[in-house]
Amino acid sequence: MTINEKQDELIEEFSMFDEWMDKYENIIDYGKSLKGLSDSDKNEDNIVRGCQSNVWLTAKVEDGKLIFDADSDAIITKGIIGLLLEIFSGQTPQDIATTNLYALEKIGLKEHLSPNRANGLVSMVQKIKMTALAYRAKQNQEK
Amino acid sequence: MSTPLNISEIRKEFPILEEKVNGKPLVYFDNAASSQKPLSVINTISNYYLKEHANIHRGVHSLSQKATSRYEEVRDKLAHWIGAESKEIIFTRGTTEAINLFASTYGSDNLKEGDEIIISTLEHHSNMVPWHMWCKKTGAKLRIIPINDKGELELDEYVKLLNDRTKIVSVAHISNTLGTVNDVKFIIDKAHEFGAVVLLDGAQALPHIKVDVKELDVDFYASSAHKMYGPTGIGFLYGKAEILEKMTPYHGGGEMIKSVSLEESTYADLPFKFEAGTPSIADTIAFGAAIDFLAKYGIENIAAHEKMLHDYATEELKKMDGIRLIGTADNKAGVVSFLIGDIHHYDLGVILDQLGIAVRTGHHCTQPLMHRFQISGTVRASFAIYNTKEEVDVFIAGVKRAVKMLS
Repeated sequence: MTINEKQDELIEEFSMFDEWMDKYENIIDYGKSLKGLSDSDKNEDNIVRGCQSNVWLTAKVEDGKLIFDADSDAIITKGIIGLLLEIFSGQTPQDIATTNLYALEKIGLKEHLSPNRANGLVSMVQKIKMTALAYRAKQNQEK
Repeated sequence: MSTPLNISEIRKEFPILEEKVNGKPLVYFDNAASSQKPLSVINTISNYYLKEHANIHRGVHSLSQKATSRYEEVRDKLAHWIGAESKEIIFTRGTTEAINLFASTYGSDNLKEGDEIIISTLEHHSNMVPWHMWCKKTGAKLRIIPINDKGELELDEYVKLLNDRTKIVSVAHISNTLGTVNDVKFIIDKAHEFGAVVLLDGAQALPHIKVDVKELDVDFYASSAHKMYGPTGIGFLYGKAEILEKMTPYHGGGEMIKSVSLEESTYADLPFKFEAGTPSIADTIAFGAAIDFLAKYGIENIAAHEKMLHDYATEELKKMDGIRLIGTADNKAGVVSFLIGDIHHYDLGVILDQLGIAVRTGHHCTQPLMHRFQISGTVRASFAIYNTKEEVDVFIAGVKRAVKMLS
């Protein structure tokens, strides 16, 4: 599935919820089911610091695809991380670097990506993009 | 405690309280960050720009003269409000700028290597970072008053920190995170025994208690208008005239000079020596309207109302499983900081926001204090004149709902 197909699927999933509470319960479920990171991976190298909640992100390449794993100390942030991994993890560096993220805005979670929220998510998306750019450059060199 | 205040009438003076947030009626419990503004303050700003605006202090024309007198009337009003002389009031952008002004001028004039500055564990970053900067520049050392588990300053330890090298003691009057009202009279008197100068960070105090700088005998007092129903971007530094006279200016520019030649300048008298450039005139005049607002309802009445809300909210929170109150000082202002179980403060804040309830979450610009309690942050509810017991009920129900969702 492409990144945009994944985004559209999530938008479809969240469109079933009329109530904010159902929407947030779904996000919390995403947070609870995300396996997260081991304590040793929650280190200074992997941290994306927010003012209030922190995010940790790791990346590796398997078969030319970027695999992300991530965690947060706050469950709602962790749930939104779950959505972002659903969208980006397992895609090629080229696709990650060149595809726009629109799903969170459509789902009505735009405020979680505003700098004021200070949850590290804006920086996490940036880090995903930067990681993809770095791996793309590396792949191009190897060609 | 009953109150002579008619809160439902007072609420009508705050149009923003009619707003809906996320489809729910707004419950605004983030007053320690910034209070809402009554119509009298809002109208003062718009009337000023509609009918009265001109630059102050220099113009000979009528508008300028009128704006100047209205601006200076606020200085007089504020001086009277805190028991100071008008020339001892320096207008600043807020508490942060006031503390930086003091640190930059008094600090650079007087601090040298080996001197000591005393602050406390519960300071806001704005009364911590300037001292880190000036210690680095001058070689002075920072000494810290510890706190006990209730969030009260350990005054025995404070007394032990004082010595002949102590030049400045700079502490909060009221803690923004914990609500602790510090025994500032004791702190001031002890510091003076060693010849140290005392600054109080009064950002959280002036909206809630009557402050008399002469009675306290405090040397410097910093505060902001926006937490006391006034506009943002305006605050002040009070300083004893005899100390201010000797201090070098902070910013150079227009309005603060006596005369300027190509080579050098001489400076104006107090308070203008410290007020370079065109100030925020409309906001300053509206600050006057905010003081009128406080005077109209009486600071003691406001404090009693806030205490009632604080006590009620505290009692209701205490009934909840896993509640941990952060800051349980014997003498507290209307601030309740708490955590529940292992729920992250951010998550609780997000759910309360969905319910239209505005609280503050995070470290509240007091990271060393968070380290002291070994937490990353708290949820903080803080009260003002327009808040009601019914809103506390909505808040408590909201917290219960959030806990259910997040557990």
